[in-house]
Amino acid sequence: MVGYLVVLLLVLAAAAYWIGRTRAIASVNGDVARLHSLPGQHGMFLALFAAGPALLAILLWSLVTPGIESSIIADRFSSELSGMGIPQVEAFIRDARAMAFGGLVGFADPTKEAAAAVYKSVHTTSTWIIWAVALVLSASGFYWAYSRIAQAYRARHVVERVLRAFLIACSVVAILTTIGIVLSLIFESLRFFQQVPFYKFLFGTHWSPQSAFTGAGAEAGAVNQDIFGMVPLFAGTLLITLIAMLVAAPIGLMAAIYLSDYASKSVRAVAKPVLEILAGIPTVVYGFFAALTVAPYFRGIGESLGLNVASESALAAGVVMGIMIIPFVSSLSDDVINAVPQSLRDGSAGLGATKSETIRKVVLPAALPGIVSAMLLAVSRAIGETMIVVMAAGLAANLTANPLEAVTTVTVQIVTLLVGDQEFDSAKTLAAFALGLVLFCITLTLNIVALRVVQKYREQYD
Amino acid sequence: MTEAGVEQKLSSGTNAPSIKMKGEKVSVHYGEKRALFDVDLDVRENQVTALIGPSGCGKSTFLRCLNRMNDTIDIARVSGKITLDGEDVYDPKIDVVELRARVGMVFQKPNPFPKSIYENVAYGPRIHGLARSKSELDGIVESSLKKAGLFNEVKDRLLESGTGLSGGQQQRLCIARAIAVSPEVILMDEPCSALDPIATARVEELIDELRQNYTIVIVTHSMQQAARVSQRTAMFHLGYLVEEGATDKMFTNPDDKRTQDYITGRFG
Repeated sequence: MVGYLVVLLLVLAAAAYWIGRTRAIASVNGDVARLHSLPGQHGMFLALFAAGPALLAILLWSLVTPGIESSIIADRFSSELSGMGIPQVEAFIRDARAMAFGGLVGFADPTKEAAAAVYKSVHTTSTWIIWAVALVLSASGFYWAYSRIAQAYRARHVVERVLRAFLIACSVVAILTTIGIVLSLIFESLRFFQQVPFYKFLFGTHWSPQSAFTGAGAEAGAVNQDIFGMVPLFAGTLLITLIAMLVAAPIGLMAAIYLSDYASKSVRAVAKPVLEILAGIPTVVYGFFAALTVAPYFRGIGESLGLNVASESALAAGVVMGIMIIPFVSSLSDDVINAVPQSLRDGSAGLGATKSETIRKVVLPAALPGIVSAMLLAVSRAIGETMIVVMAAGLAANLTANPLEAVTTVTVQIVTLLVGDQEFDSAKTLAAFALGLVLFCITLTLNIVALRVVQKYREQYD
Repeated sequence: MTEAGVEQKLSSGTNAPSIKMKGEKVSVHYGEKRALFDVDLDVRENQVTALIGPSGCGKSTFLRCLNRMNDTIDIARVSGKITLDGEDVYDPKIDVVELRARVGMVFQKPNPFPKSIYENVAYGPRIHGLARSKSELDGIVESSLKKAGLFNEVKDRLLESGTGLSGGQQQRLCIARAIAVSPEVILMDEPCSALDPIATARVEELIDELRQNYTIVIVTHSMQQAARVSQRTAMFHLGYLVEEGATDKMFTNPDDKRTQDYITGRFG
């Protein structure tokens, strides 16, 4: 119903554009040069005012009505719902709503049917109201704007201002979403820290929230605070990240040097896109590559050497993650190395330095800050990477520095904590938020440091 | 400086200066485009040779042939013969690294490395292994900076970054950097085009002093500069060498009408 209204408004806007244009041209008897603003801008102005306020009203309506409707239902049926807890009330309203809109519900009863009927009538009324409001807004906006259009009217400025407001609104949405996510992380983590003191979480070395028998999933009072030590997870994350960087940093950097300083144009034209394809492979593909190919391979090699390699070794996950990050490192480093002015290379060559001397002694030192920041960004990427480690790293939280053993990472644990039917307010699920918060802080710090380094570096040449 | 170089300089004395570098039928192609047509030009020892001509006339291209800097451009192809003390510099037996140590270069825009002043000057001696000890390296750095007339201005901040100097100081640092490897010839590609008049005057003075010990080839867009610093001038146009001769004669009584027009500012 409201969908039709939106379509109707868009059609009205198109018509208003045409009408505004025509009126603007007519107002100067076709001599367009005498208009302050172009005819198209007058058309745009009319269209914005004909459809804009109405569309805004619809947006507002669609945001607030579900809440209002639910509270009306809850109010009408307050006696029937009085004995229920919050989840049951929510389920009741959800069912009523589904029935009102023609959905199927497992356990229909007369109360729900009555509620659905009320829901339906309330919704019909509110739909009529929004139709009326939208049409009135549209008509009055159209009338107001139409009466403005004249030779000297500055439609151009009005359109500019409206567009600016629209762009600001878009960026505000993006920023508010980010803030919202961070706040929810913080508040859920605070709830977790009410149950488990944060020092036990930060410095504890034992992690086994799945062993719910000792209290993790039970009532808050019985939470076993000693099974939420995150140290093994971060040790595992750091171990895998370290292995990944040991693979990605040298290979990516060398590849970048080759691409920027040695490769001929034709090689570069092929090699760069190929590297970028490597970056485009979904991480889940790397994941089963790691789990099905690399891990057994390492295990086989280990056995032939007489070593005991776990089938989900940190080594396999780390190496594959390193391969995943190579294009990331090489593409960022390539940009940085290319940004070193050719004049420095010429200066060095003019003194009789060979190409490798020039790169080692002039280009790389000059590009070093940028390369460091590329590495930091790659590290933060590796720390946050989830899919590869979910598939290829283990689940057991071993506190070990041996890359041949199975370790687990923060991201893996967040996944396992939240997958499946969980009670949302148990310490076990809330722990995921605390882990996410710590992870967020680490990657945020790394990114900020990396950006700072890049900024400092930019000042040198600009 | 090699012993042979010293010997030659001593023997050349005050008589007619001997020919240090010689270009014979030098042509350059950039891909399909031909940038230089059969240029014959001699560079005389302990003199400043100025290359003049309108933009795109091939003077920088010729300059970059002299120490094979065109090698760094993939599509550039050089034909003809260029000799340094009679040796063909494009001979496959010639080590381009050694050639560039003998024929140094100063660029249009000052391009100090983002290292300390000391490290900038020490860079060349280090890669060529010219100093056996730290004190010897210190000596090379100091004498190079002195020859470039920069030492007094920077002696208290040798460890500060070379990019922090003013434009004129940076260019003199680049000259010091080139001198530090004891070249025999110094090529300068519009060394003053990015400098203000005062800095330009200092660099020109310096060029005149350096002439005592080095052979200099300078590309310039400034007629006055060519007249002030050079002993010989070569005029290029559209890839051809128009004429070449003593600077006095070129600026007072050129043979070619194009040279006269260019020098008097009627074209270019």
